[in-house]
Amino acid sequence: MAKTLPKVDVVTVGVGWTGGILAAELAKDGMKVVGLERGKERSTEDYLHGHDELRYALRYELMQDTSKETITFRNNRKQRALPMRQLGSFLLGENLGGAGVHWNGQTYRFFPYDFEIKSMTEKKYGKGKIKDGYFVQDWGITYDELEPYYDQFEKACGISGEENPMAGKRSNPYPTPPMKSTRSLDKFAEATKELGYKPYRIPSANLSEPYKNQYGLQINACQYCAFCERFGCEYGAKSDPVISVIPAAQESGNYEIRYHSNVTEVIYDGSKVTGVKYVDVQSGEEFIQPAEVVALTSYVMNNVKFLLMSDIGQKYDPKSGQGVVGRSYCYQILPGATGFYEEEQFNTFMGAGALGTSINDYYGDNFDHSELDFIHGGVISITQTGKRPIANNPTPPDTPRWGKEFKSNSIKYYTRTLTIGSQGASLPYKENFLDLDPTYKDAYGLPLLRMTYNFTDQDKKLQKYITQKTAEISEKMGASKTVPNPELTDYSIVPYQTTHNTGGAIMGADPNSSVVNSYLQHWNAENLFVVGASAFAHNGGVNPTDTVGALAYRAAEGIKKYRKNGGSLV
Amino acid sequence: MSEQEKYSRRDFLKKSGYAAGGVVGGGLLASFITMQVMEDDPKTKNQSDGGSDDQFNDAFMFFTNRDDFRVLASSCERVFPEDENGPGAIKLGVPFFIDHQLAGPWGNNTKEYMQGPFYKGEPTQGYQSRMNRGEIFRMGIKKLKEKSQSDYQKSFQELSTEEQDKILTAFENDEVKMTGTTSAEFFELMRAATIEGVYADPMYSGNRNMEGWKMKQFPGAQMSYIGKIESDKFVDIEPQSLHSMLNK
Ligand SMILES: Cc1cc2nc3c(=O)[nH]c(=O)nc-3n(C[C@H](O)[C@H](O)[C@H](O)COP(=O)(O)OP(=O)(O)OC[C@H]3O[C@@H](n4cnc5c(N)ncnc54)[C@H](O)[C@@H]3O)c2cc1C
Ligand code: SF4
Repeated sequence: MAKTLPKVDVVTVGVGWTGGILAAELAKDGMKVVGLERGKERSTEDYLHGHDELRYALRYELMQDTSKETITFRNNRKQRALPMRQLGSFLLGENLGGAGVHWNGQTYRFFPYDFEIKSMTEKKYGKGKIKDGYFVQDWGITYDELEPYYDQFEKACGISGEENPMAGKRSNPYPTPPMKSTRSLDKFAEATKELGYKPYRIPSANLSEPYKNQYGLQINACQYCAFCERFGCEYGAKSDPVISVIPAAQESGNYEIRYHSNVTEVIYDGSKVTGVKYVDVQSGEEFIQPAEVVALTSYVMNNVKFLLMSDIGQKYDPKSGQGVVGRSYCYQILPGATGFYEEEQFNTFMGAGALGTSINDYYGDNFDHSELDFIHGGVISITQTGKRPIANNPTPPDTPRWGKEFKSNSIKYYTRTLTIGSQGASLPYKENFLDLDPTYKDAYGLPLLRMTYNFTDQDKKLQKYITQKTAEISEKMGASKTVPNPELTDYSIVPYQTTHNTGGAIMGADPNSSVVNSYLQHWNAENLFVVGASAFAHNGGVNPTDTVGALAYRAAEGIKKYRKNGGSLV
Repeated sequence: MSEQEKYSRRDFLKKSGYAAGGVVGGGLLASFITMQVMEDDPKTKNQSDGGSDDQFNDAFMFFTNRDDFRVLASSCERVFPEDENGPGAIKLGVPFFIDHQLAGPWGNNTKEYMQGPFYKGEPTQGYQSRMNRGEIFRMGIKKLKEKSQSDYQKSFQELSTEEQDKILTAFENDEVKMTGTTSAEFFELMRAATIEGVYADPMYSGNRNMEGWKMKQFPGAQMSYIGKIESDKFVDIEPQSLHSMLNK
């Protein structure tokens, strides 16, 4: 029998970026907050001896233990979904700080176009432009409405950046100036300027200078140590939940984190939630934690899994197209081109997770789509994140994959390739969704989440178009040879792509086509907030976490309002 | 987004097969190099970080007999051969790296979801074997031995490098029948583990004396590049391992 604990104001399921932000904002406001985190405690001191590619980047030291829980995957409904037995395509977070600890820190806002994509597309190109089967819809919030929350998140992180001439209006400049530039970034800036584009430095959570945030917390200056993406920062220089928000919650005296606490159920009485059930994974004991407000902050996968397991809201049925929970799962595509340089060697092994330069000339509707049979676009960038030698063995296309020629070429080109990359926006499609797997179970006997996903026609066309643009930039930069990324075929769960999974519990203005409102309050349970990229109505063409953070600040405000007045916030 | 290896297996397989023309030494017995290291010749013993002769780590944690280990060693050397750039897999200690990895969590799939039911699955669904990596290596090595005997009536180590490459290519192209796994799956694991052993921190027993890093001009576990990041020129830096960081 599960032991019932004293009721608290707010319980968050997971303590990553979203759980940390809610805790800081609500505990400071006087609410009793409990954070249930399935993993262990960790902090900056744990990363001092962490410059180990094998352990962290390839054996996934900091990430989800898939022996306990994973997802199942298939490309389409006709296939049998099978477990993702090891991490690959995306790297799910676990332990204090979640994936926020081992992120890169590229902290872009989405663009005004993203939030009103349907209205803007139809207004400009007519109703037929959005093809059948794509659930493209407005988000129920505009960029201008979300702007103050972006500002809050960027101040919490101390983001280093500069004005992007093509972005939405900012109420304040970036808290800190952009990071240092490098030879390869300069080459990209020159080439894109010559092509008539408008380069700007990637907004970065690796800080250019020491900074104190609104909670009085100190974030240090980045040392460009190059062990950033997939690593924790040993300098406390990469903003993450553990240094930038969680201590603020702890200082309030109103916050408790319980580690090794795996939540197994959100308890729902048909109109409200009453709390959550969890298991202490070390002792095996079960507990019920009652709460006035439950916040799902467990990342896209588990946010959706909890809703499906507790039957909160109507499940999406791909046959009828009815229902919303699990619908609109999106990802991203990676157009790009690699330049091989015979004459020049670059310091590719140095870098930082968010060190780079970008253009937005092919983002959203910044270019005319009248003659194109896709919508949206993606950011185009060069990054210098620190290439490590096991994972980076670039070779010209006709090189064998092993043996003498492979050895020579992979050694030679390790410091002689520069990649121009993009993140292509991803639109919801009727056949791409999340539901519960009928066969496979996690370590607690609960069904695994099942992902049915493949690249769409829209993805394939966008990939081809943007790839061409990246190849042109690479040539302009003077590469001896430019090799464009291949055309898209089927999505594979195997190679790493991005941890930019979105959707499944999307926000919107209408309960019939969304799961949560613009405060991320569930339409069918007013004291349940579902916080994270699960709320994205589609995925934009830049990294998601600035938008995730902004929505978390908005949800925090929503919870404060709800605790005062109750009821639906919209 | 880290730069992934761009040129997929499929691109490679599209070509009509691996031309052995680039192989050094033509018919040189691959076992020549293998033997040298295996037979405890003090001259070719791998130098440890401190130049010590006592490589206590050079012993079996996973393997149980020398013959299996030599087959693995010869295969790794074909993936990453010694050449004018520098040492190959064997001199770099890669076979011991793999032995130790197979004995630990990686070889035992402790972080992998290993619950059934097991089905073959599509390539896009990834690893679906009920066998762990250690078991896959065992079976793969057994098959390598069998195929050398049936194709050439010799042991794998006794074959010429060209013959070894032919056999490995057959594994890579999934032409060798295996149960519970596939020859391509074994080959990919072996290839990946070899590259890991070449470039992982030397504490894992490969990348001896940081020679893997030196070839690639990768400086290892540096603490900071803040003074060099803006340099217009390529900066060649002496590598440093985690061991030296701990001793600072
Ligand atoms: C390698 C990598 C690089 C990235 N780089 C960038 C980048 O440059 N820019 C960007 O915008 N984004 C990036 N991201 C994405 C970013 O990390 C995520 O968007 C962000 O961390 C999401 O925050 P979250 O709070 O939703 O989830 P998380 O940070 O993942 O936190 C979720 C937490 O919930 C816990 N949890 C889950 N289920 C349970 C349960 N049942 N019970 C208890 N606890 C549970 C988990 O253990 C985890 O700690 C990157 C991600 C990765 C992996
Ligand atoms: S690159 Fe900078 S922010 Fe990233 S881990 Fe190193 S010091 Fe920290």
